[in-house]
Amino acid sequence: MEEAVIDIDLKEREEYIINMGPQHPSTHGVLRLETCLQGEKVKYIIPHCGYIHRGIEKISEKLTYPQLLHLTDRMDYLSAHINNEAVALCVEKAMEVEVSDRVKYIRTILAELNRIASHQLWWSAFGMDLGALTTFFYGMRDREKIMDIFEETTGSRLIQSFITPGGLMCDIHPNFQKRVKEFIKYFRTKLPEYDDLLTGNVIFHERTKGIGVLSKEDAINYAVTGPSGRASGFHCDIRKIEPYSAYPLVKFNEITFTEGDTYHRYLVRMEEMRESMSIIEQLIDNIPEGAIMLELKAIKAPKGDFYQRAETARGELGVFIVSDGGPSPARIKYRSPNFSNLFVLNKLAAGHKIADLMAISGSLDLVIPDIDR
Amino acid sequence: MYNSSSLIASLTSWLEGTFSPLWAGVFSMVLLGIGILVFYSVLGLYLVYAERKICARMQNRIGPNRVGPMGLLQTVADLIKLLLKELIYIRNADAFLFNVAPFIVIVASIMAIGAIPFGKGLHALDLNIGVLYILAISSMGVIGILVAGWASNNKFSVIGAMRSGAQVISYELSVGLALLCIITYAGSMQLSEIIASQQDGWWIFKGHLPALIAFVIYLIAGTAETNRGPFDLAEAESELTAGFHTEYSGIRFAFFFLAEYMNMFIIASLATTLFLGGWLPFHLFAWEGFNTVMDFIPPVVWFFGKTAFVIYLMMWFKWTFPRLRIDQLLTLEWKYLLPINLMNLLLIAFLTLMKWHF
Amino acid sequence: MALLKDIGTYFEEIYRGVVSLLKGMRVTGGYFLRPGAVVTQQYPENRAELKMFDNFKGELILTHDENNQHSCNACNSCARKCPNGSIEIVSTRVQGEDGRSKRVLVTHTYNLGMCTFCGLCVQACEQHALEFGQEFEHAVFDKSNLTKVLNKPGSTSKATEE
Repeated sequence: MEEAVIDIDLKEREEYIINMGPQHPSTHGVLRLETCLQGEKVKYIIPHCGYIHRGIEKISEKLTYPQLLHLTDRMDYLSAHINNEAVALCVEKAMEVEVSDRVKYIRTILAELNRIASHQLWWSAFGMDLGALTTFFYGMRDREKIMDIFEETTGSRLIQSFITPGGLMCDIHPNFQKRVKEFIKYFRTKLPEYDDLLTGNVIFHERTKGIGVLSKEDAINYAVTGPSGRASGFHCDIRKIEPYSAYPLVKFNEITFTEGDTYHRYLVRMEEMRESMSIIEQLIDNIPEGAIMLELKAIKAPKGDFYQRAETARGELGVFIVSDGGPSPARIKYRSPNFSNLFVLNKLAAGHKIADLMAISGSLDLVIPDIDR
Repeated sequence: MYNSSSLIASLTSWLEGTFSPLWAGVFSMVLLGIGILVFYSVLGLYLVYAERKICARMQNRIGPNRVGPMGLLQTVADLIKLLLKELIYIRNADAFLFNVAPFIVIVASIMAIGAIPFGKGLHALDLNIGVLYILAISSMGVIGILVAGWASNNKFSVIGAMRSGAQVISYELSVGLALLCIITYAGSMQLSEIIASQQDGWWIFKGHLPALIAFVIYLIAGTAETNRGPFDLAEAESELTAGFHTEYSGIRFAFFFLAEYMNMFIIASLATTLFLGGWLPFHLFAWEGFNTVMDFIPPVVWFFGKTAFVIYLMMWFKWTFPRLRIDQLLTLEWKYLLPINLMNLLLIAFLTLMKWHF
Repeated sequence: MALLKDIGTYFEEIYRGVVSLLKGMRVTGGYFLRPGAVVTQQYPENRAELKMFDNFKGELILTHDENNQHSCNACNSCARKCPNGSIEIVSTRVQGEDGRSKRVLVTHTYNLGMCTFCGLCVQACEQHALEFGQEFEHAVFDKSNLTKVLNKPGSTSKATEE
């Protein structure tokens, strides 16, 4: 299909346009997809985002660095720890301080647990979109165990505000290591069930193989990062390119495939869950002793521009801080992964049927508040 | 051992003795009508309850358990809610067709219930073309769906109705051919004769492999016929449209919903009658003791037990598998089910000629 | 022959498909037969056994001991640290015994509707007067009931400020 400079005149020419409106059971959040159909096939899609814009970047200009962390959780709320970690690392890079090893280990373990939880929720919703309604309950049941781990240590399940510049808000609970090890043992017995239920299913293969193929050049051009990009062969794992926290100390594989269709985007996430578990296993028994919080007089970034990247469950999150030396940023800008992943939807879905649109947008794993911030 | 035909005969003779033949006929029809309607509604309500409990158990949940003891009154509460809802009238829709569509669907389904044998003699209509009658009447339900989609004046409903219509018409072929396999074995289309031919063993055992293949194909095609399970693209909530019943509210929606569950019951009871022996008990070779124990259980209980098993299978499919897309659905029918069905029928015809079945 | 091979693949595909479907059915069927796997907690009936974790962030409370004394000295750190102004401290000055005036807390108002549970106030309080409680049933019919006064009526402060 020719590259879309989408001509607004086209809409006046009697085309069959329907809105998968802001309220829809399948778009995970408030997103309006203006879909132009020709019979059963999709011709083009114009996404309209902005329904949940809350002005996070502007509000942050009046808040100090520890205060603005409570807003970053709420961007991509399924990877809340990783968002916080990115901002904390950027501020620490600006102030040129380094946290203790204990903090690094705990941050990495929490980030990987968060990645597993996010992928579990993605699996539940993806199965439900395709019609296998039981997958929702199995994924959520297993995710509750991770939520319990978070709740015991940090106090909340989804939005924790736990990782701050200089360290952590408080120390981990004494039960933390035991619970994490129990969870890993439990979850390793459940992943084969997930495979039996969905991955090996012939109906699932028919619905997802060959659908929505994203080539490597397109992935690089549209900056599709995260598991969606890696399924097309784009090696974009920030944990390997620019390791931060405790990632230089662990051995894990970067999962990539070359086919780039919906099925392989699914497989990347299933394998990533296993890799995350192996990362946690390497770290959980060896957490060194150390200080939880650095003794800093004031958290002020010096004058200048600072950038830090982190790998959330959906892709590369970039934090760009322009500072004028004060306790608040002059401008903070987030490069959100879901924003870039959304706009490749038009290219992927054109020519496929409506039912495939559900599968494709489910496999891209979009979280809408991250697009709008 | 239990003989309901004598009960029915005594009831009929009492009626004819008390009233003139005309009035006796009228009263017997009225009684039958009321009986079937009550049975239909109550069974429909409890099928919905059963589905919610079964799917909850498969999903590690409890299901309805607050309204009434163990949640038994939950569907009654839902029914009251639906009755109290506002009936929305659409401005530019064809009013007559819009109102008549749910009735077509319900009437087709109630008429089919009349021909099913629930026990020896508990049979409202024992036609000699029993199976053909049931298939023909269930096909009338498609008209209701198409009319509903058209009369809603809504482009989404038309898409849903067309998809649903194409699906039902294609799968009727498979249903008919799979049933034809057993009719070939039994030699008659009359339901009571088919059950009588299973006195020495159910067809699914007597007919060995081809009957088993026919049973599996019948189950798949039957679920597709009723727009259920992995074939519910036309009315799926998470797809773009809500299908042909988007514009219906209140009691009219309740009719579509009820008709879907009762169609499932009809498909299951046909499977029971033809493949699993209807109301006959389970006899194992010639073990007299075991057989007498089995005989103690009334035939009605056997019938409903076997039907419940088949319904459980259909619900199991629905809650495990993802949905098929419309073109994959039609590919499954025309490229896989139909050729296998035809080959199976040929094989069975050959086996019946040679009498190579048990 | 190619035809035989095609027929072979046709039946092999059917066989593989059916096997994968049966595996999926085994998972759900297995859960159906195990009523012990039900994870639902029946909420209003199980309030007696329901216990939250120690660190659970329910709502903000000022700890009071048995003598109805709290530790707040009205230094205003928590209100300054709060990102969105959910805390408001009203204090007065009274004359102490040694002639110097000290600050005393009048009301410590906390708006539960605006709080984002970030925990900065708890971290900022040097007297360790604030902590998160375990209560989670906060639904009210009137929004003004969400603004709570944290120091209980008739309570006095343990801390003094010079």
